[in-house]
Amino acid sequence: MSGREDTISFAQSVNEAIGLAMGQDPSVICYGLGATDPKGIFGTTSGLRERFGDERVFDMPTSENAMTGVAIGAALGGLRPVMTHQRLDFFLLALDQLVNAAAKWHYMFGGQQSVPLTIRLIVGRGWGQGPTHSQNLHAWFAHIPGLKVVMPSTADDAKGLLLESIFDPNPVIFIEHRWLHNSVAAVPHGDHRVPIGKARTMRPGTDVTIVSMSYMTVEAMHAAEFLSQRFNVSVEVIDLRTVRPLDWPAVFGSVGRTGRLLALDSGFTTGSVAGEVIARVSIELFEKLHVSPRRLAMPDMPEPTSPALTRGFYVRAGQIVNAVLRMLDGPTINIDVELPEPTPHDVPGTWFKGPF
Amino acid sequence: MQPELDTRLKLLRTMHRIRMVEEEIALRYPQGNMRCPTHLSIGQEGVPAAIAECLRTDDYAVSTHRGHAHYLAKGGNLRSMLAEIYGKVTGCARGRGGSMHLIDTSVGFMGTSAIVGNSIPIGVGLGLAITLNGDDRVSCVFFGDGATEEGVYYESLNFAVVRKLPVIFLCENNLYSVYSPLEVRQPPGRSIAAVAGAIGVHTHAGDGNDAFATCQAIRNAVDAIRRGSGPWLLEFSTYRWREHCGPDYDNHIGYRTPEEFEQWKAREPIAQMRLSLSEAGFDVSAWEAPTLIELRAEVDAAFEFAESSPFPAPEEAYVGEYA
Repeated sequence: MSGREDTISFAQSVNEAIGLAMGQDPSVICYGLGATDPKGIFGTTSGLRERFGDERVFDMPTSENAMTGVAIGAALGGLRPVMTHQRLDFFLLALDQLVNAAAKWHYMFGGQQSVPLTIRLIVGRGWGQGPTHSQNLHAWFAHIPGLKVVMPSTADDAKGLLLESIFDPNPVIFIEHRWLHNSVAAVPHGDHRVPIGKARTMRPGTDVTIVSMSYMTVEAMHAAEFLSQRFNVSVEVIDLRTVRPLDWPAVFGSVGRTGRLLALDSGFTTGSVAGEVIARVSIELFEKLHVSPRRLAMPDMPEPTSPALTRGFYVRAGQIVNAVLRMLDGPTINIDVELPEPTPHDVPGTWFKGPF
Repeated sequence: MQPELDTRLKLLRTMHRIRMVEEEIALRYPQGNMRCPTHLSIGQEGVPAAIAECLRTDDYAVSTHRGHAHYLAKGGNLRSMLAEIYGKVTGCARGRGGSMHLIDTSVGFMGTSAIVGNSIPIGVGLGLAITLNGDDRVSCVFFGDGATEEGVYYESLNFAVVRKLPVIFLCENNLYSVYSPLEVRQPPGRSIAAVAGAIGVHTHAGDGNDAFATCQAIRNAVDAIRRGSGPWLLEFSTYRWREHCGPDYDNHIGYRTPEEFEQWKAREPIAQMRLSLSEAGFDVSAWEAPTLIELRAEVDAAFEFAESSPFPAPEEAYVGEYA
C-alpha cells in the first residue's frame, strides 16, 4: 500500500481490481460475453486481454448456464474465475448452476471443496431498460445459503470489495448498478481491500437511520444532506455494501441509537432485503423503536420502458426526505417544488446518451 | 492374448464388485436405514467397469444421481460411499449429500448432482482448468439419455469444442428418463452421438453391455484426448433392471414390458463377459470363486462399517455454510 489515492470512476475501479488480482495470482481468469470486445463491458474489462493473454481473458458463447457451470468446474480445478454479465437479467438462465451447484458445493460435500467464483452482474436503470434489463434481484441471491452478495455504492468500495470477492473461497455475486459506473471517488492505490459483510457508515447521524445499498445510497445521501440543511435533521446513512452475510451489528447499533429506521431497496418491495432489515430490527429492537419502521423500494410491478411511464417510478431523494419527516411527525415538503426528480429523469446525468 | 485376458478379468471383477454392492443396497434398503433417494444401476455395469480400466487416478470425473458405479469405478472409497447413503458422519459428504451427492477428491471423483445435466458443464470447467494448468489429465462427464434433452448439454458440448477441451462425454443410454421412454422424448431413429457429432465432438456409439468393446472404445478416445484431439462423446446403450429410484423391480407397473426387460437381461454385461471367457476356453467359475469370496468380505465389511458408524451431531447441520 502506497497510501496514495486517485480519483477514478467506479468502472475504472472495477477494471483496476480485476487487473490487480490477475497480476497477483495466475489462477485468476476473467470471461464474459463481450469481455474482450472493443467496449470492454463499460470499460470494466478493457485492456485485460492485452495484459494477461487470451487464455486468461476471453469472450464466451452465449450460454449463461453452461458457462456458469464451467466456472464452477474451473474453480474446483484450482482457478479463480471472474465472470461478467452485462445485465443481471441474462444471468437468470444460470440459476440452476448458481443455486444447485455453486452455492451448495461446499456444504453439500461435507466442506471438502469450495467454489471461489466471482459473478459480476450489472443492473440497468432508465433509458428504457424496461422489464428485462433493469431487475435488481439481489434479494433472490441473498435468500440462498452459501452465496455471498456484494453490492457497493462507491468507487473505492467497488475496488476493495471486488478484490476481496475474487480472493474469497466462496461464490460471490457482485452487483454493479449501471448508474454508479461513472461515479467517482478517491480510490487507494494498490491492493486496497474492503471486507465482505461489513456495512459502511456513510454519514453519522442521531435522529433517523437509513439503511441502504447500491444506487439507493446515492439518493439517501442527497436526502440526508437536504434534511440537514433545510430541517436540521440528523440522518445516519448505513450503506450495507454486502446483503449476504448482512452486517446486523451495524444495523442494530445505529437503529439502537436513533430509534428510527427507514430501509431502502433498489429492488421490488415485496420480499426485499429492506423487508428483511425491518423484520429483524422489529424482532430484536422493538422496544427501542420510537416509530414504526418504513420502507421505500421499487413498486411491485415490472419496470416499464417509456420515459412517460418511468417518471416518478423510482425512489428519489424527495420521497426519502418525506418518509424521514413523517417518522419525525414533521411537516413534509412539496417534492415537485423543493426536491424534484431531475430532468431528464431516466439517466444518471445529462451526459448519458444511451444506448445502455 | 494374455493382456486381453487380463483386461477381461479386470472388467469382470469390477462389474461383480459394483453389482454386489448394489444388490446388497437393494437387499438392505427395505430395512429403512438408508433414508435417501437411491438410484441403482444394476445391469449397467459395463460402462463404469470400462472406465475404471481407462482413466488414471488423477483424471477427473463428475456424475449424476445414478452415480454409485461411476464413483466406485473411479476408485472412490466404498466404505465412505455406503456410510454416506446411511447418513453417517464417516460418509464421503459427512451425511450432507446422500446417495445422489458422492465425492472422493483423492481419486479425482469431483462430485455428482441430483439435477439432470447439472454436472455436465462442471466437468467441462474441470477440462478448462486442465488446459490452463497445462497438464494431460482428462475430465470424464457421465450422464444419461435424459440429460441430452437439457439445453446445458448442448451449451457444454459447444464450449468444449470451441476450446478443444480434454473432456470425454460418456452417455449411458438406458432408454428411460424416470418412466418416460426415449420415443416420447426424442424423434425415432435420431442418434445422440450423431447430434453431438454435428456440434463438432468426436463420437462413438456402441453396446454398453459389451464391456470389452466399450473399454477399447473409451481407451481409444482417452488416448486421443491426451494427444490433443479435443472432446469426445461416447454413447453406449444399456438398460437398468430396477426401478428408477429405489430397490425394487417395476416391470409390472406398465411403463415397460417384461419382454423388453428379459431381452436386455439376456445380454447383460456380466453374463456376456463370462460367456466370452468360457468360449475362449477360460475356466470362469474357477477364477470367480475366490474373487467373489474376496469381494463378499470387502462388501460385508463396508456395510458393517457404514451401519456401525456414528451419525453426525445435530449441530453439524448449522455449520459450514461458507468455506
